[in-house]
Amino acid sequence: MRVSMIVNGEQRQDEVEDRLLLVHYLREVAGLTGTHVGCESSLCGACTVLLDGRAVKSCTLLAVQASGRRLVTVEGLAQNGRLHPLQEGFWEEHGLQCGFCTPGMIMAAHDLLSRMKHPSEAEIRRGLEGNLCRCTGYQHIVKAIEYAAQRL
Amino acid sequence: MYPGAFEYHRADSVAQALSLLGRFGEQAKLLAGGQSLLPMMKLRLAEPRHLIDIGGIAGLDAINEQGGRIRIGALARHDAVASSDLLRRRLPLLAECAAEIGDLQVRNMGTLGGSLVHADPGADYPAAVLALEGEIVVEGPGGRRTLKAEQFFLDLMTTALKPAEMLVEVNFAPLSARTGGAYVKHRQPASGFALVGVAAVVGLNQGGAVERCRVGVTGLAAAPFRALAVEQALTGKTPDARSLADAASHAADGKDALSDIHASADFRAELARVHTQRALEKAVERAR
Repeated sequence: MRVSMIVNGEQRQDEVEDRLLLVHYLREVAGLTGTHVGCESSLCGACTVLLDGRAVKSCTLLAVQASGRRLVTVEGLAQNGRLHPLQEGFWEEHGLQCGFCTPGMIMAAHDLLSRMKHPSEAEIRRGLEGNLCRCTGYQHIVKAIEYAAQRL
Repeated sequence: MYPGAFEYHRADSVAQALSLLGRFGEQAKLLAGGQSLLPMMKLRLAEPRHLIDIGGIAGLDAINEQGGRIRIGALARHDAVASSDLLRRRLPLLAECAAEIGDLQVRNMGTLGGSLVHADPGADYPAAVLALEGEIVVEGPGGRRTLKAEQFFLDLMTTALKPAEMLVEVNFAPLSARTGGAYVKHRQPASGFALVGVAAVVGLNQGGAVERCRVGVTGLAAAPFRALAVEQALTGKTPDARSLADAASHAADGKDALSDIHASADFRAELARVHTQRALEKAVERAR
């Protein structure tokens, strides 16, 4: 099936197999490997991207379902070589160790901060319920998002 | 993990979806948000040959109040239900329940209709739809028919929906004065599903006694159900610690509780009693 979508501001058209998952489309067809494949069962959130501004798990979405829509991946956040405040926050607050969950954390936090400008710690933790991190214990991730909230 | 091969079809209207469903019969599945169906297809627990995407049907996600009923289209996302001003004002129990489903990403994609027809025994919505006495509107080749929530859930992942039909709307009467509702659940920590979830609606009369009591329970048994013994025990009583505890003690009466690696049947039954009491307490507090 032919799909057409805007990925990080760029209009794309591709011929894909009907059963191709969005995460594999992004990584293997569009060449955007910043979105990670984690649990593949909709639990870990490593594959989180924005679909029309809302965080979704791209392992639980078909590429054909996203046709006609607007997608943003972690590669689409930095503008003119300048990191997005969320990326800066993860850097400054040591919000990652191995980095595997980071793109998904950042994209979920992006949705959260678009709904509430200054979430409390509890609201941040609730917003990240769909994202797992096996390294940090989450404390620095929460701080990274608070850092970004102050600058957005 | 990849789903098995299938042919993808996009329906732009209910009529088109029904026509495709009629053409492919049992080889087809409807795809709404896909948050349950796609994981099942990846595990090859479901292997439809044809997938009919209804996710883009315009207007089927509407939430409004018409003719004295609050009407919610099948495609309303959990997040839209949780954050709808109308529902938070007129049907807060349903918004509270939607906010408890899965996580942010799942709530952004999953739909009310999809959750109800999937009928997972740990799904949250059925408890609230039962307690609120929702009406489920389905459409098929013979036209529309309306089912009461109690008639809809039959067994484990089995509903009264016929193969050629689709769910198009769920509607409710708004809660009347001196009536409160609450949904409380015990979350399975990995999946977010309800090990047990209880929705309660309590209406009080002028004198403060219980005039109406409706309790929906999910997670305990193969199919969600109305806890009629709880409702009967509380109706007519003045709600206090003793009458609420007594009513809640009947939450698992006559039910075969599920047992799996997450919880034994006895533990689920105990969770049902405890959470019924908590839901009743909250509902009474809100009714006052």
